[in-house]
Amino acid sequence: SSSSRDESLRDKRAWIQSRGLPKQKPIEGVKQVVVLASGKGGVGKSTTAVNIALALAANDSTKEVGLLDADIYGPSIPKMMNLKGNPELTPKNLMRPLKNYGIACMSMGFLVEETAPVVWRGLMVMSAVEKLLRQVDWGQLDYLVIDMPPGTGDVQLSVSQNIPISGAVIISTPQDVALLDARKGAEMFRKVHVPVLGLIQNMSVFQCPKCKHETHIFGADGVRDLAETLGLDVIGDVPLHVNIREACDSGQPVVISQPQSDAAKAYLKIAKEIVRRLPVPPA
Amino acid sequence: ERSNLAGVRHILLVLSGKGGVGKSTISTELALSLRHSGKKVGILDVDLCGPSIPRMFRVQDNDVHQCDSGWVPVFVDQDKSISLMSIGFLLEKPGDAVVWRGPKKNALIKQFVADVAWGDLDFLIVDTPPGTSDEHISTVEALRPYKPLGAILVTTPQAVSVGDVRRELTFCRKTGLRVLGIVENMSGFVCPHCSECTNIFSKGGGEELAKHAGVPFLGCVPLDPQLSQSLEEGRDFIQEFPKSPAFPALARIAQQILDGTSQRSS
Repeated sequence: SSSSRDESLRDKRAWIQSRGLPKQKPIEGVKQVVVLASGKGGVGKSTTAVNIALALAANDSTKEVGLLDADIYGPSIPKMMNLKGNPELTPKNLMRPLKNYGIACMSMGFLVEETAPVVWRGLMVMSAVEKLLRQVDWGQLDYLVIDMPPGTGDVQLSVSQNIPISGAVIISTPQDVALLDARKGAEMFRKVHVPVLGLIQNMSVFQCPKCKHETHIFGADGVRDLAETLGLDVIGDVPLHVNIREACDSGQPVVISQPQSDAAKAYLKIAKEIVRRLPVPPA
Repeated sequence: ERSNLAGVRHILLVLSGKGGVGKSTISTELALSLRHSGKKVGILDVDLCGPSIPRMFRVQDNDVHQCDSGWVPVFVDQDKSISLMSIGFLLEKPGDAVVWRGPKKNALIKQFVADVAWGDLDFLIVDTPPGTSDEHISTVEALRPYKPLGAILVTTPQAVSVGDVRRELTFCRKTGLRVLGIVENMSGFVCPHCSECTNIFSKGGGEELAKHAGVPFLGCVPLDPQLSQSLEEGRDFIQEFPKSPAFPALARIAQQILDGTSQRSS
């Protein structure tokens, strides 16, 4: 009977240890979650997330798409989607996402003043992320695209521990320092058992609008090499075009405002690749 | 007992709020410029998730050793005029990810500030990660008793960056950190073929922010593929490419910092 006592002790210990961790539960109404991350800052996560969300809707008008800006410290989505203002509350006390171009959006940027910094330690960030995930009336979504902040810390952990993620896409620019961090990003998802769908090479090459001369400002092919090392695929290549940045700065992302441009076509193609690589959605 | 920072004359932080604007690049080039003016410089890299500094000096494979007073910083060359400390040196493999929550990060940052035997330095540059989070709060708190000179804020010209940097300015105000000035990085690209300048990431956002916030504007640094390449290869851009487009701006930034400190002591 000492062995059954040991076993019950072990079970009790496991139960006590698991109590502290958040339970992973899907968000009601959301079929699949795609996360855009990088590890490195400033490689174009938000720009890409916004254009991919729009591209997913553009490729298949029957799909409902939502966009969650999980960058608590530097929320860029409101500016890029031309949205402002505090979210309304539903009768059930959930926040109603703000909508533009048919995409339902939620961001910390809607909850704090534009110039106010969010100087929070990790614990508060955890609870803010939980609110942005669960206390929002997302309705019925086929895809929820989550734009992650840079780094491999509290926010990334909180999101992956809280909800099941269908797939993660890692974005990088070709330079070494970005690739170093992208690799850490991929490693982080491996640690928390989130499948990585592939890498996107952003800002790959710049073509002078006047003389068409191509310059690889941030290096070349670094992302392809990294993909090979990690055994992942490059699911997209987006060049440096002035119009991508201009469009986002003015709140009219290129997929909506210049759908015939090379940049928009690149994003539409990436969105198709993502859908192809996601597991079959639940009915 | 003499603190490890007692021999450091000036401490300055490089902040942004926005990721990927070139904080580590500016930290590195500032250190190299100051070295060329005969100063001894240290760089403390408190970006625990994405430490870029070791790579930019090509010493990413070096180890950190212990001495009586704590950790010995990694010297960039025989000259010993630039020394570095970063979590990058403490990782077993370069691909290892540091997936930590706040309290663990805070503990390491406190150690980085108190337990690195810097010796005598003219400048200690502290390179930070993007955001206004645990790392920033802990770093500013830990450095407060040593009265840092102030912070340089780096931004790219576009609206989303300027927005984040505006928040960082408020952070500095709230924590009593003096703002030495704003640098507008990646400000324009001059085609090496036809010399046409394209404002890939827009232009003027940083300068406008500086004017609006009443802080000094330290200058515009253009996009320069030779600069990116130097950083990839761990080369001394200031020494090797004085004719490159980014050189004048970077040299000017270092000069303004030096002028600021000489004014203070006179």
